[in-house]
Amino acid sequence: MSTVPEELRYSKEHEWVRVDGDVAVVGITHFAQEQLGDVVYAELPEKGATVRQHASMGVVESVKAASDVYAPVSGEVLERNLKVIERPELVNQDPYGDGWMVRVRLADRGELQPLLSPAAYREHIGLNAGAGGD
Amino acid sequence: MSEAPLLRTALHAEHVALGAKLVPFAGWEMPIQYPAGILAEHRATRAAAGLFDLSHMGELRFRGGDALAALDRLVSSDIAGLAVGRARYGLLANERGTIVDDVIVYRLAADDLLMVVNASNVAKDRAHLASRLPAAVPLADESLATALVAVQGPRAAGIVAGIAEDGMAAILAALPTFGVVRARVAGIEVIAARTGYTGEDGFELFVAAAAGAPPLWRALLAAGAPAGLVPVGLGARDTLRLEARLALYGNDIDETTTPLEAGLGWTCKLDKDFCGRDAIAREKERGPARRLVGLVVEGGIARHGHAVVDGGVEVGRVTSGTYGPTVGANIALAYVPAARATIGTALAVRIRERDVPARVVRTPWYRRTV
Repeated sequence: MSTVPEELRYSKEHEWVRVDGDVAVVGITHFAQEQLGDVVYAELPEKGATVRQHASMGVVESVKAASDVYAPVSGEVLERNLKVIERPELVNQDPYGDGWMVRVRLADRGELQPLLSPAAYREHIGLNAGAGGD
Repeated sequence: MSEAPLLRTALHAEHVALGAKLVPFAGWEMPIQYPAGILAEHRATRAAAGLFDLSHMGELRFRGGDALAALDRLVSSDIAGLAVGRARYGLLANERGTIVDDVIVYRLAADDLLMVVNASNVAKDRAHLASRLPAAVPLADESLATALVAVQGPRAAGIVAGIAEDGMAAILAALPTFGVVRARVAGIEVIAARTGYTGEDGFELFVAAAAGAPPLWRALLAAGAPAGLVPVGLGARDTLRLEARLALYGNDIDETTTPLEAGLGWTCKLDKDFCGRDAIAREKERGPARRLVGLVVEGGIARHGHAVVDGGVEVGRVTSGTYGPTVGANIALAYVPAARATIGTALAVRIRERDVPARVVRTPWYRRTV
């Protein structure tokens, strides 16, 4: 069953955001990696690149298909996770941990407001169970 | 394409119980993967054994008359020379010398031949064959009544032989590649063939769909699980066959491609008469204009339909591409002009508007060692 950690915010395109001050760590959700199947290739934006909220910032490919990764927030890429590029299976094995994708310096904290709460994201993916339903 | 409801194989309930992800394929609802996932299923097949439901495949049966001679004139390979208990891969071609289907013909008895055809081509092949067969050779389409269960991998033969009965264990274990024999496996009558589509040793078991397939499937799973056998869906079947450079009809070959372009000239016995022979012989004289080559792609996965480019100019198209789990590289098949088909040629594949370096390599990428 898909896990949806309480401390994160989510996009409708199935990315998660962990905010720490003016920096956001971004990855794709457990649900997303389940839908994709085994991830075998990842393309992520380079350090210094600028990503825009809701625009494609990278690609993950499973054996069967390629899928865009959309930036859930805008900002400058401070770091991309090179371990994911070397070992794309980390996205499946630990989507909220070692499978993180980029660290972004937030351009506009206001963009966090429309992101989904864990409860709203659970509803979005059709999970009714879980804490804090609204 | 079609709005008709999807067909379900006799093993549909087994797939659901195993938690398979089911997808439409060639008019059938088929398992694309089980919970273990495509990579795990692929690796289990290479290391131990995989169990496949291939009941969507078509089975055409030709009995009596002079079926052997009649099929010899419709299949590219040497069917007339096929011994009883042996099978052969070949092509159905049209008069233009392009590929109608790729098939395996099994000679079950002197005047009893089984042709396995691609699921997407059953109706087309039936029409192609029926209009060219002599009236004395009836064609029976047994596709719906026949299930096909494959066991593939280094431990496959041991697993199948281990539950064979009536003293058939030794005969099955010793059956050569492309051999075929009737047997009882776990109490169920099967036609057991040493054929497959994974690059591994193994068996394909033809069985009565409703009565035979479910108990056979369960017996194979139970007997094979301790040896590492797992159910495998169409997703891993595709990565397995591509690493072994086995063509997929509809992707790599179709009615716009020729046997020589596809590297299947070896299946064409040009010193006999068969449908398409003259066109293929003429093409052989002048040499094919393009060839299906293997690529290794550095940085991205090539997919069916992607352009192959040389110096920024499109020169061909990818027909199949994936990450090869055993090869450990991104591999693809593509048609390129004959002049660019030499091993080592540097090309590129256009992936998401970027030209990603690719190199023409020797195939198959994977060849089993035992």
